Amino acid sequence: MSATQLGLAVSVFLACSVEAVEALTIVLAVGSTRSWRSAFTGVGVALLALAAITAALGPALTAIPLNTLRVVVGALLLIFGLQWLRKAILRSSGLKALHDEAAAFAEETVAAREAGEIPRERLDAYSFLIAFKGSFLEGLEVVFIALTFGANQHDVGLAAIAAAIAVIVVVLAGAALRAPLARVPENTMKFVVGVMLTSFGIFWGGEGAGAHWPGADASLLWVIPVIALFSLGLVSGLRRTERLGVAA
Amino acid sequence: MTRLRALAQFLWDFVVGDDWRIALAVAVALGITALIGHAGWFVLPLVVAAVLTLSVVEVARARR
Repeated sequence: MSATQLGLAVSVFLACSVEAVEALTIVLAVGSTRSWRSAFTGVGVALLALAAITAALGPALTAIPLNTLRVVVGALLLIFGLQWLRKAILRSSGLKALHDEAAAFAEETVAAREAGEIPRERLDAYSFLIAFKGSFLEGLEVVFIALTFGANQHDVGLAAIAAAIAVIVVVLAGAALRAPLARVPENTMKFVVGVMLTSFGIFWGGEGAGAHWPGADASLLWVIPVIALFSLGLVSGLRRTERLGVAA
Repeated sequence: MTRLRALAQFLWDFVVGDDWRIALAVAVALGITALIGHAGWFVLPLVVAAVLTLSVVEVARARR
């Protein structure tokens, strides 16, 4: 496995794990409070919809000429990556609340209890819709990351395997614990995904736009650490500014 | 029309996210890179560093 393939697999695995943890919390809340059957049906329909989008967009992406694909993929990875990184930096520096799975679970559980009667004979529309929406929306970004990364590397299969392993690991952990995975270091994982997406976006976007990187593919070996160190520097600077602001 | 607007809003939120200047900066940086050509590799790292700093520092300032 090459370094770029490893980067692809790690990024997709981490991105998918984080989104799967968030989707699991929603499904656990509506399933345990209202109807497991309806919640699982919602997840199943969401997975079918995500598979349909993947099947439709996958071949279309791989048919695009390489340089155009690299500009489009680079731009998308950069925009997604910078969004992930921005949130992770703000959370690490205390400027934004950390995502708390236990709190999210409690909130979803209260909303599910207040959502009216649970029909015994037929599908519970509330559980179905909440589970569908949660799984579909959390999955959509992963589909885009996996497809763009995979198509650019001509290895959608590897991206799909990494995504599938992440979902299986999270589902097994959730089934074993029967509780939201509150101890998963979500923000650290988001930080790493943000760094990887941004770095690959810079590299592929630049190449697609006609730039020649000094050292070609090997330049990723300095782009990734530079983006990581720069982001950590921002976290450190913001923390210091916050402390000074509190002390003043 | 309301559904169309909701879809457009969803797509905007999904692609552009919390800070639209990030998407704009990425588009402009790619354009400048294309204009410079072979030697334009330095544009994206510099723009990324600048827009990321601007975006998070603004949040910090707004909290004060």
